Formats: sequence, C-alpha cells, structure tokens
Amino acid sequence: MMKNIIPENPPFKLLNILYKKEFILLMVLLSIIFINSNVTPYFLDLYNLIDSTFLFSEKAIIALSMTLVIIARQIDLSVASIIAVSSCVLGYTTSVGMDTYLVISFTLLSGIMCGAFNGFIITRFAIPSIIVTIGTMSLFRGLAYSFLEDQYYNKFPKFVVSLGSDYLFGYIPYAFLTFIILSIIFAFILHKTIIGKRIYSIGNNPESAQYTGIQVDKYTFVLFTLNGLFSAIAAIFLSGRLSSVRPNIAFGWELEIITMVVLGGVYIYGGSGSILGVVISIFILGMLSFGLGLINVPGVGIIIFTGLLLILSIGFPSFIKYFRSKNE
Amino acid sequence: MKNFIKNRDFILFSIIIFGVIVVGFANPYFVKPSSLSDVLTDTSILIILALSQMIVILIRAIDLSVASNLALSGMLISLLSTVYPELPVVFFIVLSCVIGTLLGVLNGVSIAILKVPFIVTTLGTLSIYRGLIYFVSDGKQVYSHEFSENFLALIHYKFLSLSFLFWVAILVFIVMYILLNHTRFGRNLYSLGGNPDAAKYIGINENKYIILAYAISGFFAGLCGYLWVARYSVASTQIAIGFELTVISACVVGGISVMGGVGTVVGCTLGALLIGLIRNALPAVDISQFWQLAISGAIILIAIIINTKTEQRKDKTIMVE
Repeated sequence: MMKNIIPENPPFKLLNILYKKEFILLMVLLSIIFINSNVTPYFLDLYNLIDSTFLFSEKAIIALSMTLVIIARQIDLSVASIIAVSSCVLGYTTSVGMDTYLVISFTLLSGIMCGAFNGFIITRFAIPSIIVTIGTMSLFRGLAYSFLEDQYYNKFPKFVVSLGSDYLFGYIPYAFLTFIILSIIFAFILHKTIIGKRIYSIGNNPESAQYTGIQVDKYTFVLFTLNGLFSAIAAIFLSGRLSSVRPNIAFGWELEIITMVVLGGVYIYGGSGSILGVVISIFILGMLSFGLGLINVPGVGIIIFTGLLLILSIGFPSFIKYFRSKNE
Repeated sequence: MKNFIKNRDFILFSIIIFGVIVVGFANPYFVKPSSLSDVLTDTSILIILALSQMIVILIRAIDLSVASNLALSGMLISLLSTVYPELPVVFFIVLSCVIGTLLGVLNGVSIAILKVPFIVTTLGTLSIYRGLIYFVSDGKQVYSHEFSENFLALIHYKFLSLSFLFWVAILVFIVMYILLNHTRFGRNLYSLGGNPDAAKYIGINENKYIILAYAISGFFAGLCGYLWVARYSVASTQIAIGFELTVISACVVGGISVMGGVGTVVGCTLGALLIGLIRNALPAVDISQFWQLAISGAIILIAIIINTKTEQRKDKTIMVE
C-alpha cells in the first residue's frame, strides 16, 4: 500500500515532455496529416488546405472564449443559439437599410446582451450554468424562430460578405486570420497575466478564490458576456460566408465547440487546460473532417466520429487505470 | 391546511386547472372531454420520459441522449417490422426496451467506469445515437403503410375512453412512485443525490447506482421509442429531435432540483402535464408554433429561478436552527 502514497517520479525529464497533453495532441495531428496525405493526393494542396479553414474558423473563434468559460468551471450550451439571434439581428438591421457600421455594432451588441443575460442569471441566482444555458439555448433559438418563422435573410452589407468569403493578400481567409490573432491574444491573457491566473484559481476552487479576494461573480459574468460577443463575431463571419440566414443556423454547434475545447485537454470541471492544446485540437478536428470529407465519408460519419473521439479522449486514461487496478 | 396550500405540487395542480379554464374560455372546443383526452395522450410520452429523467437528475446528473436513444430504438424496431411483419407486437416492445437499456447502460458505464463527466458522455452519445440512425436507415423514412397491422394495433386500443398511451403513462407513474418511495433502491437514489459523500460512507455503491439510473432512463427511452413510432406511424432520422430539452424542462418545472436529491414523482408528473398543456394550448389560442421553443425556454428559466429561491430559503432556516 505504501507505494501508492509516494508518487513515483518519471526517470527522465525528456519523458515529461512526452507525457504532456499538447505533445500527444501534436503527434495525433501530425499522424492525421500524414495518413490523410497518403490516402488522397488532394489533401496537401495549398489552396485546398487554406479553404478547409473556412469549415472550422467560426467555431474555433468561439472555442477560444469557451476555453476560458470551461477553465472557470462553467459551461455555455447556448452559443449556437446566440449565433442564431445575432444573425437575425444582422439580417434585420441590413433589411431596414442601416449603415454597415451600425449593422455590425447592433449584431455585436445582441451577442453581448445574450451573453450578459446568461451571466446575470447564473451569478444573480447562483444557478449552475449548465441548466441555465440549456434554458437559454432554447429561449434564444426560439426567439430566432419566432422572429423569422419560415423566412430567411439573404441580403447583407458588402463588407460582411467579403469578411466571410474573402482572403487577405489573396491567401489568408479573414475568419482564419481573426482566429489566429485572437488565439495569440488569448494565450497571452490566460498564461501571462494575473487575469489568467485568477481564472484558473476560480476553476480550481471558486470558494477559496472568493476568499482570496477574487470577484468570482464579476469574472463569471464577464466570461459569459465575452462568450456572447464571440458568438456574435462568429455569426458575422458565418452569415457573410453562407449569405443566407435561417433560424436553424449553426444548429448543434455547441457540441462541436465543446468537443474542440475538451479534446484540447481542458478539464471539463475547470482549473486546467491551455490555449495551445485547444488550438491543436481545433486543427485535429478540422483536418480530420476535411480529410474524411475528401474520401467521401458523409457528414453523419464525422458527427459519430467526433462524438466517439470526445468520449474516448477523456475516458481512455481512466480506462487504463481501471484495468490496472483490476489486475493488481 | 396552510402547508397544503403552500405545497408546491398543489400550486402546480392549481396552475394546470386554472390554465385549462382560461384556455377553455378562449376556445371552448379545447375543454371538450375528447379534446382533453387527446392532450393527455399527447403528454403521455413526455410524462414517461420526465419520470425516467427524474431518476438521473436525482443523482445530480442529466441524460441528454434520451431523445436520440428513443429515435434509434424506434428506428431499429421499425426497420425490423418492415422485414418481419408477422412478429407479435410484444416482441417489438420488448426489443425496443432492450435496445434502449443497452444504450443507457453504455452511458452509465462511460460515466461510472470511464469517469467521463455526464455532460460530455450524454452530449457525445446524443450525436452518436442520432448519427447511427442515419447509418442503419440510410437516411430513409419508414412510412405508415410499411408498418404491419400487428405493430400498430395496440396503440389504437382504448379503455374507458383513455388511450393506450395514457394507460402506459399511468402504469409507469405507479411503478416509479413505488420504486422511489417504497424501495431501498429509491431511497438510496435520494441519498446519493442529497449527499454523495455521506451516501458512499454508509455503503452505497455509487457506480452501480449511476449505471442503474442510466439503464432505467434508457429502458424508458426504448419503450417510448416504440410508443412514438407507433403513435405517429412514421420513423425517420428526425423524430423527437430536441425533445430532451422538453423532458428536462418538465422535470425542472416539476420541482426536481438539478442539485440532486430533491423532487417527487407527483411533482414531476404535474410538471410534464403543465408543459404538455402549454404545448397543446398554444395552437388553440392562436399562438404561432414558432413561439413554442422560446416559450419553453422561458418557462425553464423561470422555473429554475423559483426553485432556487425556495431552496435557498430552506438552507437559511436550517442554519438558524
């Protein structure tokens, strides 16, 4: 029994790096790229690869702010519904003939308000975020449905359309560029500033964080508002890319976004995880579905695969532990 | 008497009666016995699923995969019935329940043994099970004329002018009432939800109960898989999509605390009845179906806020004493 009390140190320091989640994720990513490029010759085509980022950039932007939310021991299931609301606002403000900058400000404002509403209910009434956002998930989506009914918007300002579908210098899609810039900013905030340290300590133990003088409720509120804002940003890119908004836009995205975050090694009950891990996992999922799409696996197959990957990536370590304890 | 009026279940019951009367004034056809019986039939599946979801919520978890589970079991037995139409209906019902239970056990094992948090597991299986329907059915539908007469006969059976569906719901209600109030299993579920640590110290095997709770949830999802497919005489990839949220809202409205360990079978049933009433009453008073989703979202939020407020008050009195 004694040996369980004293933790065994790994013999080499090199092994420490090998056991890092980010390293394992990177290996997975490289092997996916290797397999994909062997299976189909179209995979390593530069233009194909660039265009494949369109498929995940919008989700990836929300995944960044979702990472902070999950590290702070919360969860937000309403992001996809906020996209629906913001897209409707985008379509409506365009249809009444507002200027582009007003259209964009109103869209962002709608996302902020939805996120702030989540944050307000969660902090004011001290209700678990999972149940609140299950409620707002259907409330926001329902608002989009009751507003648009069976209609759709297909007219957007030129600026929005070009944001969604054009490239900087002819190579880098704007959505992807935004994602890269935001992920650098987020990595800095989370890992190098006091704000990041506080988010970690809230996630590790909200009560003790409260006692050390961190305004937990304020942080929670701001994080949910930020999540709303980022959903609105994603809504702008998505509407611009699709050039069509229906109330069922981005349906089921909350699952894919949470999968991105959790697969990236962020602990679902808060307190640990890194932006680097999430960024790698975003590329893993993006390259995976791009590759599977190239070899004609239907979208449903990718959904099943994502679900399995999500459960197995978390379950695998405990699975090994369970079998070890059985053998002893 | 004062306590009885303050009783949550009584308040819910009054709201339902009041609601029926108000809608009755707006649209007299709604309160005709045949029409009310239709509302009960329509709410039966919701009642069954809410009661089984309640078991999971009692132990501080949620099963988001019920609707996908229902649709997958329903689709599998429908496909089977098109190939072997001569099989007796009981066989299909039992098979549907078995498939549902297996899918539920998979959830339970993932949560209890693989230690994958319930939200991740059931979000994952929500899409896995839904995705599998596309695979087994090739994206096709099974239409009403493809079902055998055996398959559909039972569902149209009526007793005392109430439908078969509602009698099943009543049966499930009785079983759940006995299970949760008069068996060791039920009481242990409450204690696990109320205080998991204390429950473990008195020797309750947490993992066993988690798997059992999800198995029960899966069993009834399977049962409802048959009921749903038979009632609407159609099996498609889209059936019951998003229904898990309606089920959870019924539980929350019925006073089942998402913090675990609090809630009654009667309350849960009344919650489901209220949600069912609202869903059926909206068209009767000329409110567009498109509002339904927003209204159920708002109801969930209001119900949780009210729940939390009453719970917090209870906590305070305990501390003062």
